[in-house]
Amino acid sequence: MPTLTGKTALVTGASRGMGRASALALAAAGAQVLVHYGRGAKEADGVVAEIRRVGGKADAIATDLAAPDGARKLAAQARGILGDRLDILVANAGVSKAATIEETTVADFDRLFAVNVRAPYFLVQQLLPVLHEGSSVILVSSLGAHAAVGTLSAYAATKGAIDTLVKYFAAALGPRGIRVNAVAPGVIDTDMSNLVKTDEGKSAVLGMQALKRIGQADDVGSVVAFLASQDARWITGDTIRVDGGSKL
Amino acid sequence: MSNPVVLITGALTGIGRAAAVAFARKGAKVVVAGRRDEAGKALVEELRAFGAEAEFIKADVRKEDDVRNMVDKTVARFGRLDVAVNNAATEGAVGPITDQTAESFAATFETNVLGVVLSMKHEVRAMQAQGSGSIINISSTYGHEGAAFASIYVGAKHAVEGITKSVALEIAKSGIRVNAVAPGPTDTGMLTRFTGTAANKAALATQVPLGRLGLSEEVADGIVFIASDEARFITGHVLNVDGGHTAN
Repeated sequence: MPTLTGKTALVTGASRGMGRASALALAAAGAQVLVHYGRGAKEADGVVAEIRRVGGKADAIATDLAAPDGARKLAAQARGILGDRLDILVANAGVSKAATIEETTVADFDRLFAVNVRAPYFLVQQLLPVLHEGSSVILVSSLGAHAAVGTLSAYAATKGAIDTLVKYFAAALGPRGIRVNAVAPGVIDTDMSNLVKTDEGKSAVLGMQALKRIGQADDVGSVVAFLASQDARWITGDTIRVDGGSKL
Repeated sequence: MSNPVVLITGALTGIGRAAAVAFARKGAKVVVAGRRDEAGKALVEELRAFGAEAEFIKADVRKEDDVRNMVDKTVARFGRLDVAVNNAATEGAVGPITDQTAESFAATFETNVLGVVLSMKHEVRAMQAQGSGSIINISSTYGHEGAAFASIYVGAKHAVEGITKSVALEIAKSGIRVNAVAPGPTDTGMLTRFTGTAANKAALATQVPLGRLGLSEEVADGIVFIASDEARFITGHVLNVDGGHTAN
């Protein structure tokens, strides 16, 4: 069901994991996708190739979103390729680091907030001129923002900030017809999740989760594609939990 | 699940009716339940005009015999029950707490809470036998917000959200997902009765970032999504379909 035919999308952190799954889901629905990456050039090229192989339109673009001017640069790059119209922004790029309160360093804390909060904030700001009536912005929160999960306090605080931004962005941009939502994944089987790498971790996940299987990246990608679509035209300001019913 | 069997309570007007049409258009086999024979039969004719298989079952969700019969007849007719939308509700007696009575409380809670409990009891029975299913209870933004002069309705919708999460936890292992959809102010007959005057109704739209009242069809598209495989990793969630009302 190609519901996004003719739409343009930018997905940050799209070389792997949930960003990759989101890019593929949007492309499968017919959107032209800019596949942003930080370091994984080879993986990003693979995503672009996969989209093009089935007749879709995609390009890869590299930007360091930890840099203070990263969002401004990425917005300029995106506008250079797409022109003056962006229908879908998925600000997915993020970094994670498990650390106890004692172990957390100022440098780690600042890097987490730079990539996970500052970059999406200013990416939205810099793209405002090309977002329009009907555009859909999707940020990425986390189960960790809803309840304590392991030693993720600094990381989870960045995701709590996302939940707050979703409300403010939705309220501010609603009058322009721009929708802003987030997905809040639970533990998902990606490179970024340490829990899924051991049997002990997996059993801990299934212990806190209602559904008894480990979430996969495309479980999140399908929700992102929905939020981007017209079927979600009355949904804004919401954070959708995609966590198999974790910590209810 | 290409042609799911869908049961909708309170299906003859408003959001329930819009959901019936939305599912029918997607190829579902639809059972519409309600209290009025004539309206039920007319709706079935309309759904069949979309090429859908459809049946009307007369049921009052406050009566367990009716609810048991509604589920049993659905399974007898179509062989299974894939999706249940528990939508039947009343706005109850709007007014100050000092005017409320044991009777006004019971009237609202019997339809809005007991009706959902009885419906889920029998729907789960049918779904557990087949090892799959998706239940959607219709809450309201008043399921997680307060509203002056609507204390009984607000209390009932809060109850629906708590019951939704609890049953989600109970039956996830059977492959059944349970979620709620929370509409904001939606332009229906119920809202007209609830607000009393056109000015009151118009005032509600000013609280919505997207700047107007919602339409039943827009809420229905959210219901169809949360029922679908695209939402396969979502359970115990309350999906706001409210134009940003909750965020604001």
